[in-house]
Amino acid sequence: METKLLTEFYHLDEFRGIEGYKKNGGYVELAKALKMQPQAIIDEVKAAGLRGRGGAGFPTGMKWGFLPKNNEPRYLLCNADEGEPGTFKDRMMMERAPHQLIEGMIMSAYAIGSKKSYIYIRGEYKTPIRIVTQALEEAYKAGYLGKNILGSGFDHDMDVYSGAGAYICGEETGMISSLEGLKGQPKLKPPFPAVQGYLRKPTIVNNVETLAAVKYIIRDGAAAYKKYGTEKSAGTKLFSLSGNVMKPGNYEVPLAYPLKDLINGLGGGMKPGRKLKAVIPGGSSAPVLTAEEVERATLDYECLAGMGTMLGSGAVIVIDDSQCMVDLLGVLMHFYHHESCGQCTPCREGTGWLNKIVHSILEGRGRLQDIDLLMKVADNMKGRTICALSDAAALPVLSFVSKFRDEFEFYVREGRSKVRGTSYAEMHH
Amino acid sequence: MAFQLSPAGLAEVKKELGRYETKESAIIPSLYIAQKENNGWVNVDVINELARVMELPESRINEVFTFYTMFNQEPVGRFHVQVCTNISCAVEGGRELASHICGQLGVKLGEVSEDGRFTVSRVECLGSCGTAPMMQVNDDYYEKLTPESAMNILRGMK
Repeated sequence: METKLLTEFYHLDEFRGIEGYKKNGGYVELAKALKMQPQAIIDEVKAAGLRGRGGAGFPTGMKWGFLPKNNEPRYLLCNADEGEPGTFKDRMMMERAPHQLIEGMIMSAYAIGSKKSYIYIRGEYKTPIRIVTQALEEAYKAGYLGKNILGSGFDHDMDVYSGAGAYICGEETGMISSLEGLKGQPKLKPPFPAVQGYLRKPTIVNNVETLAAVKYIIRDGAAAYKKYGTEKSAGTKLFSLSGNVMKPGNYEVPLAYPLKDLINGLGGGMKPGRKLKAVIPGGSSAPVLTAEEVERATLDYECLAGMGTMLGSGAVIVIDDSQCMVDLLGVLMHFYHHESCGQCTPCREGTGWLNKIVHSILEGRGRLQDIDLLMKVADNMKGRTICALSDAAALPVLSFVSKFRDEFEFYVREGRSKVRGTSYAEMHH
Repeated sequence: MAFQLSPAGLAEVKKELGRYETKESAIIPSLYIAQKENNGWVNVDVINELARVMELPESRINEVFTFYTMFNQEPVGRFHVQVCTNISCAVEGGRELASHICGQLGVKLGEVSEDGRFTVSRVECLGSCGTAPMMQVNDDYYEKLTPESAMNILRGMK
């Protein structure tokens, strides 16, 4: 069973427009929040234990608390650059409930004292861009944006910014660079964006789902929100289930939901005649779990961290026994090599070499020592760069090779996939 | 003749120039506007025109242009068919779909078909993983495809 807190009305087409949204509880909490002290909202979000839903899982209230305590202008930036392979929840949220995001953003902006915000949406998401843009017009017309919102004296302007195809812009400082009209290259931290972000002004970057959740924390209170999940992983979360499963889709469940129940229950289980082989639990950057590990995994930050992987963006990618892990690592390495922004040497060169080595194995030119070379290159890429993309490329390599080493050795020895019995060329050309 | 923005395109770029805190933020939106007016791709003439209109160095426009994959550095067909081949689509046949489409249309990846209608590209995750495999044609997503359904959709595009 899903626990539909954010997604309760997503099945209603009318929820997309402002009238239908208001009919179903929309903008009620905005009025409530604007009567609260901003610090009281921050305290409530902190007490609720809300953590960033985009991937890093950083406590939202704590992030807000890093802002300087003065009147310096500050920006709120919504990260809607959803690019982590396997993730498609923010797209649904913007398409089904654009006002929910806008309301959560206005409340959050009020809490942090920001007069201007942007929703940075990945360029490929033309439909969400259109729907959110239209919703912003409605919100302005209804007086929820602009000057003196609902007579509170609070002014706020919000705009949409379209990305143009770069995974790295989902990294918060890469996104800031992009919004500033630069290449989307991440910036060295510190200073953190909360201190020096967009145009060197204090900036808070939060994911779509994080900002939308603020409404429900204000509606029900921190204590009610914390009833879902665990002490360290509070609330509900949207999981994007994809891959070799009968009923892929977005499902909202309390954190700490058993992974196997998501796959076999809500997800309808494996396809006929197929067995579960592996699961990537938090987007392509998260280390892979074996079928045996899936049995004991729960979908919360601490359990997955304890198993050497991460909750990430909540993208659960299911891999069945017809898939070749060498082949799939090739897919991932092509991706990270393509998306490395190029400014840090270990990442720029490392992703290139990882891609080359995996593909030389796939093309039948692999040597046994290449398997250790993969591990060595990946190991050298960890924790040595400005942002986490380098680690994100290294972690899948380390987990794929260590957990499915037999498949890699077989491929090198035989020049073909242990699973499929054919070579890469026969599989894909 | 060198590329020039249409009066409407020029007005749109000017609007973007006043929309953000700094005019540099208008580079990405303006590249979209110019690319659309230049049959879907950007060349040095487009860069020069934007630099002139935006009063920015050509190199500033160019560095942004070459960084982002949605700005095309080569001509593309009227219908740009982008097939996702990242992991969730790969396990559901995304790569085979891309090969099938290329074969049926008689083009290699990145080429423009003889009639100028199609260019097929393999792209990274488009956030349609629960409805794999998928393709994006110009602005629109087509999901839960089979080789047959994809070709039926593409054959209908004139």
